[in-house]
Amino acid sequence: MTLEEKVINIIVEQLDVTKEECVLEASFIDDLGADSLDIVELLMEMEEAFGIEIADEELEKIATIQDVVDFLKQKGVQ
Amino acid sequence: MKRRVVVTGLGALTPLGNSLNETWEAAVAGTSGVGPITKFDSSAYKTRIAAEVKNFDPLQYVSKQEVRRYDDFILYALAAAEMALADAQLVVGSEFAERTGVIIGSAIGGLATLEEEYQNLLNAGPRKISPFAVPAILANLASGHVSIRFGAKGPINCAVTACAAGTSAIGDAYKTIAHGDADVMITGGTEAAVTQLAVGGFGSMRALSVRNEEPQRASRPFDKDRDGFIIGEGCGIMILEELSFALNRGARIYAELAGYGCTSDAFHMAAPPPGHEGAARSMRVAIKDAGLNLEDIDYINAHGTSTPLNDLYETQAIKSLFGEHAKKLMVSSTKSMTGHMLGATGGVEAIFAVKALHEKIIPPTINLGHPGEECDLDYVPNVARHQAISTAMSNTFGFGGVNAVLVFKKFNETC
Repeated sequence: MTLEEKVINIIVEQLDVTKEECVLEASFIDDLGADSLDIVELLMEMEEAFGIEIADEELEKIATIQDVVDFLKQKGVQ
Repeated sequence: MKRRVVVTGLGALTPLGNSLNETWEAAVAGTSGVGPITKFDSSAYKTRIAAEVKNFDPLQYVSKQEVRRYDDFILYALAAAEMALADAQLVVGSEFAERTGVIIGSAIGGLATLEEEYQNLLNAGPRKISPFAVPAILANLASGHVSIRFGAKGPINCAVTACAAGTSAIGDAYKTIAHGDADVMITGGTEAAVTQLAVGGFGSMRALSVRNEEPQRASRPFDKDRDGFIIGEGCGIMILEELSFALNRGARIYAELAGYGCTSDAFHMAAPPPGHEGAARSMRVAIKDAGLNLEDIDYINAHGTSTPLNDLYETQAIKSLFGEHAKKLMVSSTKSMTGHMLGATGGVEAIFAVKALHEKIIPPTINLGHPGEECDLDYVPNVARHQAISTAMSNTFGFGGVNAVLVFKKFNETC
């Protein structure tokens, strides 16, 4: 499974959305109906799943699925 | 002059069943909802039995995401409110949304969530506390989520008067309509506190039955062998409407909610005083508010917890207030079947009182073999009684010295 697929699987589960909705450029708030609490919870799941930590100032920069993927890659997640 | 308030919808989720009909049929049949605790490993506890909600599928009512994020006391309220609105054939329309309010009581709120999140904190530190922890714990979030789900934009509140919370909520909702602040209220009580802290804490107070080997016989109000209450859980919601509002839309009317009484013992944080004068006074206030005389009361759904003190003192209070009429009254404790659902109890028992009026059947007090000393009222022992009645009262008393009583009467348009 690619990193993108792993990320999208978590998003589908956490946000109760479909895989089809989870295009990489989808915005959590505008396209996937998430609010700020949803995003915090989602990123806590990412931390758990990938064994990383996301600082608050990093969290604020994350708006789309692509942002999450890029961030994880930058942290060295494969 | 105060506006009249009628009951038009009922919804219940209890240890006896996952709907009003299942619950009512089981109660009339004299079924116990008590069994071994399944919600956590209770092997180290003195009390290992409870009256749990069974086989409830929240996905019938909410999404997977909501199930994960809301505490059970909120899920129960969303389910019971949906059932009550459907029963009332009422959809909250935009033209009266601002005249529709919600008051749902809960003694403790999201205690299971609190315990889980505190465990997360201890195990993994503060960063692992869910952003949904606080709104799952707050007791008023049952009312909050019900208002959001059904679009009720009128007055909103939450009663947290311990074991009287459901009754306080309904009483306050009644006053909200009577006073003219709303035309429709979604009200009742909800609780999901079969948890380690609640079972352990009430156990330390010596308030719980330890009849672990005979769960279905453990809740035995007014019986000489009663040894404490059984924690139950669930939710009871009723739809209240101002009379003309209900008539104009052709609603089916179950009963009139005619009176509410609330008093305080000002005595002890947990125990009632001998004779329970405050309870007698709350019944008197409620009956007066209903414009009735003592002799008009036919049935009391008692608080009847199955603790040695409550059942004796409640009996004394009924006898001191009603005098000779106490012998003619029917008094039953449905907690013998549902256990004590704490903040939900007032909601569910108000529903039992309304159903008793409407169905002309008095639900029994089960497990009543040998009444305790001084417990000499007609407790409708063990078998439901088919009898038409004109009035039904619901008593609930809570820690902090709260006494809350509702009086329902058969609906008659002219009086």
